[in-house]
Amino acid sequence: MNLIRMKNVKKVYKNGVTAIYDLDLKIEKGEFVFVIGSTGCGKSTLIKMLYREEKPTSGKIIVGGIDVARLRNSKVYKLRRKLGVVFQDFKLLAKSTVYENVAFALEVFGLPKDEIHSKVLKVLDLVGLKNKAKHYPNQLSGGEQQRVAIARAIVNGPKLLICDEPTGNLDEITSMEIMNVLDEINKLGTTIIMVTHDTKIVEKMKKRVILLDAGRLVKDYAKGTYKHEGN
Amino acid sequence: MKAIRILGRNIRDSFKSVFRNFSLSLASISCITITLVVVAISIILSYNVNNFATLVERDVTIVAFLDVDISEEQIKVVEHEINQLSNIESVTFQSKFDITDEMMESSETYKNIMSSWTEEENPLQDTYLIKVTDIETIGDVAASIQEIEGVDIVKYGEGMVEQLVSVFDVVRHITYGVVIALILVTAFLISNTIKITITSRKREIDIMRLVGASNLNIKIPFVFEGLFLGIIGSIIPIIATTYGYTALYQNFNGQLFSPFIQLVKPEPFVYIVSIVLLVIGILVGMFGSWHAVKKHLKI
Repeated sequence: MNLIRMKNVKKVYKNGVTAIYDLDLKIEKGEFVFVIGSTGCGKSTLIKMLYREEKPTSGKIIVGGIDVARLRNSKVYKLRRKLGVVFQDFKLLAKSTVYENVAFALEVFGLPKDEIHSKVLKVLDLVGLKNKAKHYPNQLSGGEQQRVAIARAIVNGPKLLICDEPTGNLDEITSMEIMNVLDEINKLGTTIIMVTHDTKIVEKMKKRVILLDAGRLVKDYAKGTYKHEGN
Repeated sequence: MKAIRILGRNIRDSFKSVFRNFSLSLASISCITITLVVVAISIILSYNVNNFATLVERDVTIVAFLDVDISEEQIKVVEHEINQLSNIESVTFQSKFDITDEMMESSETYKNIMSSWTEEENPLQDTYLIKVTDIETIGDVAASIQEIEGVDIVKYGEGMVEQLVSVFDVVRHITYGVVIALILVTAFLISNTIKITITSRKREIDIMRLVGASNLNIKIPFVFEGLFLGIIGSIIPIIATTYGYTALYQNFNGQLFSPFIQLVKPEPFVYIVSIVLLVIGILVGMFGSWHAVKKHLKI
Protein backbone atom coordinates (compact mmCIF):
# COMPACT_ATOMS: atom_id res chain seq x y z
CA MET A 1 0.00 0.00 0.00
CA ASN A 2 1.23 3.46 -0.85
CA LEU A 3 1.75 5.72 2.13
CA ILE A 4 2.81 8.63 -0.06
CA ARG A 5 1.62 9.33 -3.56
CA MET A 6 2.67 12.37 -5.54
CA LYS A 7 1.32 12.95 -9.02
CA ASN A 8 2.36 15.71 -11.44
CA VAL A 9 3.48 17.84 -8.55
CA LYS A 10 4.84 21.24 -9.42
CA LYS A 11 5.99 23.96 -7.07
CA VAL A 12 6.61 27.54 -8.12
CA TYR A 13 7.54 29.99 -5.36
CA LYS A 14 6.05 33.46 -5.24
CA ASN A 15 9.31 34.96 -6.51
CA GLY A 16 8.95 32.93 -9.70
CA VAL A 17 11.51 30.25 -8.92
CA THR A 18 10.35 26.77 -9.85
CA ALA A 19 11.56 24.31 -7.23
CA ILE A 20 9.86 21.12 -8.42
CA TYR A 21 8.89 20.15 -11.98
CA ASP A 22 6.24 17.56 -12.65
CA LEU A 23 7.19 15.04 -9.99
CA ASP A 24 5.70 11.55 -9.63
CA LEU A 25 6.58 9.47 -6.61
CA LYS A 26 5.22 6.52 -4.69
CA ILE A 27 6.48 5.39 -1.32
CA GLU A 28 5.27 2.17 0.27
CA LYS A 29 4.40 1.68 3.88
CA GLY A 30 7.47 0.63 5.91
CA GLU A 31 10.05 1.90 3.42
CA PHE A 32 13.22 3.84 4.27
CA VAL A 33 13.92 6.38 1.53
CA PHE A 34 16.79 8.84 1.13
CA VAL A 35 16.29 11.98 -0.91
CA ILE A 36 19.59 13.34 -2.18
CA GLY A 37 20.80 16.00 -4.57
CA SER A 38 22.89 19.14 -4.68
CA THR A 39 21.89 22.31 -2.83
CA GLY A 40 18.85 23.95 -4.41
CA CYS A 41 17.72 20.80 -6.22
CA GLY A 42 14.32 20.96 -4.50
CA LYS A 43 14.72 18.20 -1.92
CA SER A 44 13.71 20.39 1.01
CA THR A 45 10.73 21.72 -0.94
CA LEU A 46 9.70 18.15 -1.66
CA ILE A 47 9.50 17.12 1.97
CA LYS A 48 8.07 20.47 3.10
CA MET A 49 5.12 19.73 0.85
CA LEU A 50 4.70 16.37 2.56
CA TYR A 51 4.04 17.95 5.94
CA ARG A 52 2.27 20.92 4.38
CA GLU A 53 4.76 23.62 5.26
CA GLU A 54 4.52 24.45 1.57
CA LYS A 55 1.61 23.91 -0.79
CA PRO A 56 2.18 22.51 -4.30
CA THR A 57 1.31 24.90 -7.12
CA SER A 58 -0.33 22.04 -8.99
CA GLY A 59 -0.59 18.27 -8.81
CA LYS A 60 -1.78 15.83 -6.19
CA ILE A 61 -0.16 14.74 -2.93
CA ILE A 62 -1.70 12.06 -0.75
CA VAL A 63 -0.06 11.28 2.58
CA GLY A 64 -1.63 8.54 4.69
CA GLY A 65 -4.97 9.06 2.99
CA ILE A 66 -4.99 12.84 3.42
CA ASP A 67 -5.15 15.03 0.34
CA VAL A 68 -2.40 17.41 1.44
CA ALA A 69 -2.69 19.86 -1.43
CA ARG A 70 -6.31 20.56 -0.60
CA LEU A 71 -5.94 20.54 3.17
CA ARG A 72 -7.21 23.75 4.78
CA ASN A 73 -4.83 25.75 6.93
CA SER A 74 -6.97 25.19 10.02
CA LYS A 75 -6.88 21.41 9.49
CA VAL A 76 -3.12 21.07 9.03
CA TYR A 77 -2.83 19.72 12.57
CA LYS A 78 -4.69 16.57 11.51
CA LEU A 79 -1.89 15.76 9.07
CA ARG A 80 0.85 16.70 11.52
CA ARG A 81 -0.52 14.30 14.09
CA LYS A 82 -0.03 11.44 11.65
CA LEU A 83 3.62 12.15 11.02
CA GLY A 84 6.77 13.19 12.81
CA VAL A 85 9.35 15.68 11.58
CA VAL A 86 13.04 15.97 12.55
CA PHE A 87 15.24 18.89 11.51
CA GLN A 88 18.90 19.71 11.24
CA ASP A 89 18.54 22.35 13.98
CA PHE A 90 16.51 20.04 16.28
CA LYS A 91 13.80 22.68 16.98
CA LEU A 92 13.51 21.96 20.68
CA LEU A 93 11.89 24.29 23.20
CA ALA A 94 14.96 25.69 24.98
CA LYS A 95 13.09 26.52 28.16
CA SER A 96 11.51 23.09 28.57
CA THR A 97 13.17 19.93 29.80
CA VAL A 98 13.76 16.85 27.66
CA TYR A 99 10.71 15.23 29.23
CA GLU A 100 8.52 18.29 28.63
CA ASN A 101 9.69 18.61 25.05
CA VAL A 102 8.61 15.07 24.28
CA ALA A 103 5.47 15.12 26.43
CA PHE A 104 4.34 18.27 24.66
CA ALA A 105 3.59 16.31 21.48
CA LEU A 106 1.18 14.12 23.46
CA GLU A 107 -0.37 16.86 25.55
CA VAL A 108 -1.90 18.46 22.49
CA PHE A 109 -3.95 15.27 22.06
CA GLY A 110 -5.33 15.58 25.57
CA LEU A 111 -4.00 12.19 26.73
CA PRO A 112 -4.18 11.42 30.48
CA LYS A 113 -1.06 12.15 32.50
CA ASP A 114 -0.13 8.53 33.30
CA GLU A 115 -0.38 7.52 29.68
CA ILE A 116 1.85 10.43 28.68
CA HIS A 117 4.33 9.52 31.38
CA SER A 118 4.70 5.90 30.33
CA LYS A 119 4.86 6.71 26.60
CA VAL A 120 7.48 9.43 27.07
CA LEU A 121 9.70 7.20 29.21
CA LYS A 122 9.35 4.36 26.74
CA VAL A 123 10.40 6.49 23.79
CA LEU A 124 13.25 8.13 25.74
CA ASP A 125 14.43 4.64 26.52
CA LEU A 126 14.31 3.76 22.82
CA VAL A 127 16.57 6.70 21.90
CA GLY A 128 18.79 6.06 24.94
CA LEU A 129 18.03 9.20 26.95
CA LYS A 130 15.97 7.89 29.83
CA ASN A 131 18.48 9.17 32.38
CA LYS A 132 18.46 12.72 30.92
CA ALA A 133 14.74 13.39 31.10
CA LYS A 134 15.18 16.33 33.46
CA HIS A 135 17.96 18.03 31.50
CA TYR A 136 17.43 21.12 29.41
CA PRO A 137 18.41 21.04 25.70
CA ASN A 138 21.45 23.28 26.21
CA GLN A 139 22.85 20.76 28.69
CA LEU A 140 22.94 18.08 25.99
CA SER A 141 25.31 17.35 23.10
CA GLY A 142 24.14 17.79 19.51
CA GLY A 143 23.56 14.10 19.06
CA GLU A 144 21.54 13.91 22.26
CA GLN A 145 19.45 16.89 21.24
CA GLN A 146 18.69 15.19 17.93
CA ARG A 147 17.63 12.07 19.82
CA VAL A 148 15.21 14.20 21.83
CA ALA A 149 13.81 15.60 18.59
CA ILE A 150 13.43 12.06 17.22
CA ALA A 151 11.76 10.95 20.42
CA ARG A 152 9.30 13.83 20.14
CA ALA A 153 8.63 13.00 16.49
CA ILE A 154 7.80 9.35 17.12
CA VAL A 155 6.20 9.46 20.56
CA ASN A 156 2.65 9.42 19.18
CA GLY A 157 3.43 6.46 16.94
CA PRO A 158 3.28 8.15 13.51
CA LYS A 159 3.18 6.13 10.30
CA LEU A 160 5.69 8.46 8.70
CA LEU A 161 8.87 10.10 9.97
CA ILE A 162 10.23 12.94 7.86
CA CYS A 163 13.87 13.87 8.46
CA ASP A 164 15.36 17.06 7.00
CA GLU A 165 19.16 16.69 7.20
CA PRO A 166 19.02 15.23 10.72
CA THR A 167 22.78 14.61 10.73
CA GLY A 168 23.75 17.92 9.12
CA ASN A 169 25.13 19.37 12.34
CA LEU A 170 26.70 16.20 13.72
CA ASP A 171 30.07 14.50 13.40
CA GLU A 172 30.50 11.16 11.64
CA ILE A 173 30.27 8.91 14.69
CA THR A 174 27.28 10.72 16.16
CA SER A 175 25.63 10.71 12.75
CA MET A 176 25.90 6.93 12.53
CA GLU A 177 24.43 6.63 16.02
CA ILE A 178 21.45 8.70 14.90
CA MET A 179 21.13 6.55 11.77
CA ASN A 180 21.05 3.44 13.91
CA VAL A 181 18.25 4.92 15.98
CA LEU A 182 16.34 5.74 12.80
CA ASP A 183 16.94 2.24 11.42
CA GLU A 184 15.60 0.81 14.65
CA ILE A 185 12.46 2.94 14.34
CA ASN A 186 12.06 1.86 10.72
CA LYS A 187 12.26 -1.78 11.75
CA LEU A 188 9.40 -1.17 14.18
CA GLY A 189 7.27 -0.30 11.15
CA THR A 190 7.54 3.46 10.68
CA THR A 191 8.11 4.69 7.15
CA ILE A 192 11.08 7.06 7.00
CA ILE A 193 11.90 9.64 4.38
CA MET A 194 15.17 11.44 4.92
CA VAL A 195 16.81 14.30 3.09
CA THR A 196 20.60 14.38 3.31
CA HIS A 197 23.82 15.64 1.79
CA ASP A 198 25.86 12.92 3.35
CA THR A 199 26.44 10.34 0.62
CA LYS A 200 28.66 8.23 2.89
CA ILE A 201 25.72 7.55 5.16
CA VAL A 202 23.49 6.85 2.20
CA GLU A 203 25.94 4.31 0.85
CA LYS A 204 26.34 2.59 4.19
CA MET A 205 22.62 2.30 4.92
CA LYS A 206 21.75 0.53 1.65
CA LYS A 207 18.19 1.85 1.30
CA ARG A 208 16.11 3.15 -1.57
CA VAL A 209 17.53 6.47 -2.83
CA ILE A 210 15.86 9.21 -4.84
CA LEU A 211 18.15 11.61 -6.67
CA LEU A 212 16.85 15.07 -7.50
CA ASP A 213 18.48 17.55 -9.81
CA ALA A 214 17.20 21.05 -10.60
CA GLY A 215 13.72 20.18 -9.42
CA ARG A 216 13.37 16.91 -11.33
CA LEU A 217 13.54 13.33 -10.16
CA VAL A 218 16.48 12.01 -12.17
CA LYS A 219 17.02 8.61 -10.65
CA ASP A 220 15.25 6.22 -8.30
CA TYR A 221 17.70 3.62 -6.93
CA ALA A 222 16.12 0.45 -5.56
CA LYS A 223 17.17 -0.72 -2.09
CA GLY A 224 20.93 -1.30 -1.82
CA THR A 225 21.79 -0.35 -5.41
CA TYR A 226 23.06 3.18 -4.76
CA LYS A 227 26.75 3.86 -5.29
CA HIS A 228 28.21 7.33 -4.92
CA GLU A 229 29.53 8.55 -8.24
CA GLY A 230 32.06 11.30 -8.95
CA ASN A 231 34.16 13.35 -6.57
CA MET B 1 -12.87 15.21 29.63
CA LYS B 2 -10.24 15.44 26.91
CA ALA B 3 -11.11 19.07 26.21
CA ILE B 4 -10.92 19.90 29.92
CA ARG B 5 -7.50 18.26 30.16
CA ILE B 6 -6.25 20.23 27.17
CA LEU B 7 -7.66 23.47 28.58
CA GLY B 8 -6.11 22.77 31.97
CA ARG B 9 -2.71 22.22 30.35
CA ASN B 10 -3.13 25.39 28.32
CA ILE B 11 -3.75 27.43 31.45
CA ARG B 12 -0.80 25.79 33.25
CA ASP B 13 1.52 26.39 30.28
CA SER B 14 0.47 29.99 29.87
CA PHE B 15 1.11 30.63 33.56
CA LYS B 16 4.53 29.01 33.31
CA SER B 17 5.41 30.91 30.21
CA VAL B 18 4.72 34.28 31.88
CA PHE B 19 7.61 33.44 34.21
CA ARG B 20 9.82 31.59 31.75
CA ASN B 21 9.76 34.56 29.40
CA PHE B 22 10.00 36.97 32.28
CA SER B 23 11.85 39.80 30.57
CA LEU B 24 9.35 39.80 27.72
CA SER B 25 6.45 39.54 30.14
CA LEU B 26 7.90 42.44 32.08
CA ALA B 27 7.91 44.59 28.94
CA SER B 28 4.23 43.87 28.34
CA ILE B 29 3.31 44.27 32.01
CA SER B 30 5.05 47.64 32.38
CA CYS B 31 3.44 48.84 29.17
CA ILE B 32 0.02 47.86 30.52
CA THR B 33 0.81 49.43 33.90
CA ILE B 34 1.94 52.78 32.55
CA THR B 35 -0.86 53.20 30.04
CA LEU B 36 -3.50 52.13 32.56
CA VAL B 37 -2.23 54.71 35.08
CA VAL B 38 -2.74 57.39 32.42
CA VAL B 39 -6.20 55.99 31.64
CA ALA B 40 -7.04 55.99 35.36
CA ILE B 41 -6.03 59.64 35.73
CA SER B 42 -8.08 60.63 32.70
CA ILE B 43 -11.14 58.72 33.96
CA ILE B 44 -10.88 60.37 37.39
CA LEU B 45 -10.46 63.83 35.90
CA SER B 46 -13.27 63.52 33.40
CA TYR B 47 -15.65 62.01 35.93
CA ASN B 48 -14.98 64.84 38.36
CA VAL B 49 -15.43 67.49 35.71
CA ASN B 50 -18.72 65.90 34.68
CA ASN B 51 -19.82 65.61 38.26
CA PHE B 52 -19.07 69.26 38.86
CA ALA B 53 -21.01 70.24 35.74
CA THR B 54 -23.99 68.16 36.82
CA LEU B 55 -23.99 69.67 40.30
CA VAL B 56 -23.90 73.19 38.94
CA GLU B 57 -26.66 72.43 36.47
CA ARG B 58 -28.78 70.91 39.16
CA ASP B 59 -28.53 74.12 41.18
CA VAL B 60 -30.05 76.21 38.42
CA THR B 61 -33.56 77.17 39.52
CA ILE B 62 -36.45 78.98 37.91
CA VAL B 63 -38.12 81.51 40.21
CA ALA B 64 -41.73 82.35 39.39
CA PHE B 65 -42.99 85.48 41.20
CA LEU B 66 -46.73 85.42 41.67
CA ASP B 67 -49.09 88.39 41.46
CA VAL B 68 -49.17 90.50 44.63
CA ASP B 69 -52.92 90.15 45.10
CA ILE B 70 -53.09 86.44 44.39
CA SER B 71 -55.53 84.33 46.45
CA GLU B 72 -54.79 81.10 48.34
CA GLU B 73 -56.83 79.03 45.84
CA GLN B 74 -55.10 80.58 42.87
CA ILE B 75 -51.70 79.71 44.37
CA LYS B 76 -52.78 76.04 44.42
CA VAL B 77 -54.03 76.27 40.82
CA VAL B 78 -50.68 77.72 39.69
CA GLU B 79 -48.79 74.87 41.35
CA HIS B 80 -51.03 72.33 39.69
CA GLU B 81 -50.48 73.91 36.30
CA ILE B 82 -46.71 74.02 36.72
CA ASN B 83 -46.73 70.33 37.59
CA GLN B 84 -48.63 69.63 34.37
CA LEU B 85 -45.66 70.86 32.34
CA SER B 86 -43.05 68.41 31.10
CA ASN B 87 -39.44 68.32 32.36
CA ILE B 88 -40.36 69.48 35.86
CA GLU B 89 -38.25 67.89 38.59
CA SER B 90 -39.52 69.73 41.67
CA VAL B 91 -41.75 72.65 42.60
CA THR B 92 -41.28 74.35 45.97
CA PHE B 93 -43.53 77.09 47.30
CA GLN B 94 -41.96 79.99 49.17
CA SER B 95 -44.40 82.51 50.66
CA LYS B 96 -43.43 86.14 51.06
CA PHE B 97 -43.25 85.56 54.81
CA ASP B 98 -40.75 82.74 54.37
CA ILE B 99 -38.63 85.06 52.26
CA THR B 100 -38.95 87.85 54.81
CA ASP B 101 -37.84 85.56 57.63
CA GLU B 102 -34.94 84.28 55.60
CA MET B 103 -33.77 87.78 54.75
CA MET B 104 -34.12 89.00 58.30
CA GLU B 105 -32.00 86.15 59.51
CA SER B 106 -29.30 86.87 56.97
CA SER B 107 -28.64 90.49 57.93
CA GLU B 108 -29.23 92.94 60.83
CA THR B 109 -30.06 95.79 58.46
CA TYR B 110 -32.86 93.81 56.80
CA LYS B 111 -34.09 92.85 60.25
CA ASN B 112 -34.35 96.46 61.39
CA ILE B 113 -36.31 97.45 58.33
CA MET B 114 -38.50 94.38 57.87
CA SER B 115 -39.49 93.70 61.44
CA SER B 116 -41.79 96.70 61.43
CA TRP B 117 -43.72 95.56 58.32
CA THR B 118 -47.32 94.47 58.76
CA GLU B 119 -48.86 91.82 56.54
CA GLU B 120 -50.33 94.42 54.18
CA GLU B 121 -47.19 96.48 54.04
CA ASN B 122 -44.98 93.56 52.97
CA PRO B 123 -43.98 94.42 49.38
CA LEU B 124 -42.47 91.00 48.59
CA GLN B 125 -44.20 88.44 46.35
CA ASP B 126 -45.00 84.78 46.92
CA THR B 127 -42.79 82.57 44.71
CA TYR B 128 -42.44 79.09 43.31
CA LEU B 129 -38.90 77.63 42.97
CA ILE B 130 -38.85 75.20 40.08
CA LYS B 131 -36.11 72.74 39.11
CA VAL B 132 -36.08 71.14 35.70
CA THR B 133 -34.96 67.60 34.78
CA ASP B 134 -33.15 68.65 31.62
CA ILE B 135 -31.23 71.90 31.85
CA GLU B 136 -31.40 72.41 28.09
CA THR B 137 -35.19 72.88 28.21
CA ILE B 138 -35.08 75.54 30.91
CA GLY B 139 -35.90 78.40 28.50
CA ASP B 140 -39.03 76.66 27.19
CA VAL B 141 -40.21 75.72 30.67
CA ALA B 142 -39.71 79.29 31.89
CA ALA B 143 -41.71 80.63 28.93
CA SER B 144 -44.56 78.19 29.63
CA ILE B 145 -44.67 79.19 33.30
CA GLN B 146 -44.83 82.83 32.28
CA GLU B 147 -48.07 82.03 30.41
CA ILE B 148 -49.82 80.72 33.53
CA GLU B 149 -52.39 83.09 35.02
CA GLY B 150 -51.32 84.49 38.38
CA VAL B 151 -47.63 84.41 37.51
CA ASP B 152 -46.08 87.86 37.44
CA ILE B 153 -42.42 87.49 36.48
CA VAL B 154 -40.20 84.45 35.73
CA LYS B 155 -36.44 84.57 36.32
CA TYR B 156 -33.77 81.90 35.82
CA GLY B 157 -30.55 83.74 34.96
CA GLU B 158 -31.30 83.91 31.26
CA GLY B 159 -28.28 84.08 28.98
CA MET B 160 -25.81 82.96 31.64
CA VAL B 161 -27.44 79.54 32.01
CA GLU B 162 -27.47 78.87 28.27
CA GLN B 163 -23.80 79.75 28.03
CA LEU B 164 -22.91 77.57 30.99
CA VAL B 165 -24.81 74.64 29.50
CA SER B 166 -23.08 74.93 26.15
CA VAL B 167 -19.64 75.24 27.77
CA PHE B 168 -20.28 72.16 29.93
CA ASP B 169 -21.48 70.29 26.88
CA VAL B 170 -18.21 70.96 25.10
CA VAL B 171 -16.19 70.01 28.19
CA ARG B 172 -18.12 66.74 28.49
CA HIS B 173 -17.54 65.79 24.90
CA ILE B 174 -13.85 66.61 25.19
CA THR B 175 -13.39 64.48 28.31
CA TYR B 176 -15.27 61.54 26.78
CA GLY B 177 -13.17 61.90 23.65
CA VAL B 178 -9.93 61.98 25.65
CA VAL B 179 -10.84 58.88 27.66
CA ILE B 180 -11.88 56.90 24.58
CA ALA B 181 -8.79 58.01 22.65
CA LEU B 182 -6.55 57.01 25.56
CA ILE B 183 -8.18 53.59 25.83
CA LEU B 184 -7.63 53.05 22.09
CA VAL B 185 -4.01 54.18 22.34
CA THR B 186 -3.58 51.82 25.28
CA ALA B 187 -5.03 48.93 23.32
CA PHE B 188 -2.75 49.71 20.41
CA LEU B 189 0.39 50.07 22.55
CA ILE B 190 -0.26 46.94 24.56
CA SER B 191 -1.15 44.77 21.59
CA ASN B 192 1.94 46.00 19.77
CA THR B 193 4.18 45.19 22.71
CA ILE B 194 2.63 41.74 22.96
CA LYS B 195 3.07 41.32 19.21
CA ILE B 196 6.78 42.01 19.50
CA THR B 197 7.19 39.61 22.41
CA ILE B 198 5.26 36.91 20.56
CA THR B 199 7.26 37.35 17.36
CA SER B 200 10.32 36.41 19.38
CA ARG B 201 8.49 33.18 20.18
CA LYS B 202 7.66 32.31 16.59
CA ARG B 203 9.89 29.27 16.93
CA GLU B 204 7.77 28.03 19.79
CA ILE B 205 4.62 28.48 17.73
CA ASP B 206 6.19 26.64 14.79
CA ILE B 207 7.09 23.74 17.04
CA MET B 208 3.56 23.62 18.44
CA ARG B 209 2.21 23.43 14.91
CA LEU B 210 4.75 20.81 14.00
CA VAL B 211 3.72 18.38 16.72
CA GLY B 212 0.09 18.68 15.69
CA ALA B 213 -1.39 21.35 17.91
CA SER B 214 -4.51 22.80 16.31
CA ASN B 215 -4.59 26.54 15.72
CA LEU B 216 -7.04 26.99 18.58
CA ASN B 217 -4.81 24.88 20.77
CA ILE B 218 -1.92 27.22 20.03
CA LYS B 219 -3.90 30.41 20.50
CA ILE B 220 -5.49 29.55 23.84
CA PRO B 221 -2.26 29.50 25.93
CA PHE B 222 -1.24 32.85 24.47
CA VAL B 223 -4.67 34.30 25.15
CA PHE B 224 -4.51 33.12 28.76
CA GLU B 225 -1.02 34.55 28.97
CA GLY B 226 -2.47 37.87 27.78
CA LEU B 227 -5.10 37.57 30.48
CA PHE B 228 -2.46 37.03 33.17
CA LEU B 229 -0.38 39.93 31.83
CA GLY B 230 -3.51 42.11 31.91
CA ILE B 231 -4.27 41.17 35.51
CA ILE B 232 -0.69 41.65 36.71
CA GLY B 233 -0.35 44.90 34.74
CA SER B 234 -3.46 46.41 36.30
CA ILE B 235 -2.44 45.77 39.92
CA ILE B 236 -0.35 48.93 40.31
CA PRO B 237 -2.85 51.23 38.54
CA ILE B 238 -5.65 49.85 40.73
CA ILE B 239 -3.69 50.36 43.96
CA ALA B 240 -2.61 53.83 42.81
CA THR B 241 -6.20 54.77 42.00
CA THR B 242 -7.76 53.40 45.15
CA TYR B 243 -5.26 54.79 47.66
CA GLY B 244 -4.17 57.81 45.64
CA TYR B 245 -7.65 59.15 45.05
CA THR B 246 -8.83 58.47 48.58
CA ALA B 247 -5.78 60.28 49.95
CA LEU B 248 -6.33 63.18 47.58
CA TYR B 249 -9.99 63.42 48.60
CA GLN B 250 -9.16 63.44 52.30
CA ASN B 251 -6.32 65.89 51.84
CA PHE B 252 -8.61 68.43 50.18
CA ASN B 253 -11.60 67.62 52.40
CA GLY B 254 -13.61 66.65 49.36
CA GLN B 255 -13.43 70.02 47.64
CA LEU B 256 -11.00 71.63 45.28
CA PHE B 257 -9.98 75.26 46.04
CA SER B 258 -13.48 76.28 47.16
CA PRO B 259 -16.62 74.61 48.45
CA PHE B 260 -18.09 75.36 45.03
CA ILE B 261 -16.03 72.54 43.41
CA GLN B 262 -16.99 69.25 45.05
CA LEU B 263 -14.90 66.10 44.38
CA VAL B 264 -16.64 62.78 43.76
CA LYS B 265 -16.75 60.67 46.94
CA PRO B 266 -14.08 57.90 46.77
CA GLU B 267 -16.58 55.14 47.56
CA PRO B 268 -17.77 53.45 45.46
CA PHE B 269 -16.11 55.54 42.74
CA VAL B 270 -12.59 54.08 43.12
CA TYR B 271 -13.95 50.52 43.01
CA ILE B 272 -15.77 51.20 39.78
CA VAL B 273 -12.63 52.74 38.27
CA SER B 274 -10.62 49.71 39.48
CA ILE B 275 -12.99 47.29 37.81
CA VAL B 276 -12.89 49.33 34.60
CA LEU B 277 -9.07 49.26 34.65
CA LEU B 278 -8.99 45.51 35.29
CA VAL B 279 -11.44 44.85 32.48
CA ILE B 280 -9.47 47.05 30.06
CA GLY B 281 -6.22 45.30 31.06
CA ILE B 282 -7.68 41.82 30.62
CA LEU B 283 -9.51 42.50 27.36
CA VAL B 284 -6.62 44.32 25.75
CA GLY B 285 -4.16 41.65 26.93
CA MET B 286 -6.30 38.83 25.55
CA PHE B 287 -7.15 40.47 22.24
CA GLY B 288 -3.56 41.65 21.78
CA SER B 289 -2.27 38.11 22.20
CA TRP B 290 -4.97 36.57 20.04
CA HIS B 291 -4.26 39.00 17.26
CA ALA B 292 -0.49 38.60 17.51
CA VAL B 293 -0.58 34.79 17.36
CA LYS B 294 -3.01 34.72 14.46
CA LYS B 295 -0.38 36.31 12.29
CA HIS B 296 1.92 33.31 12.78
CA LEU B 297 -0.64 30.64 12.04
CA LYS B 298 -0.81 31.10 8.29
CA ILE B 299 1.20 29.16 5.77
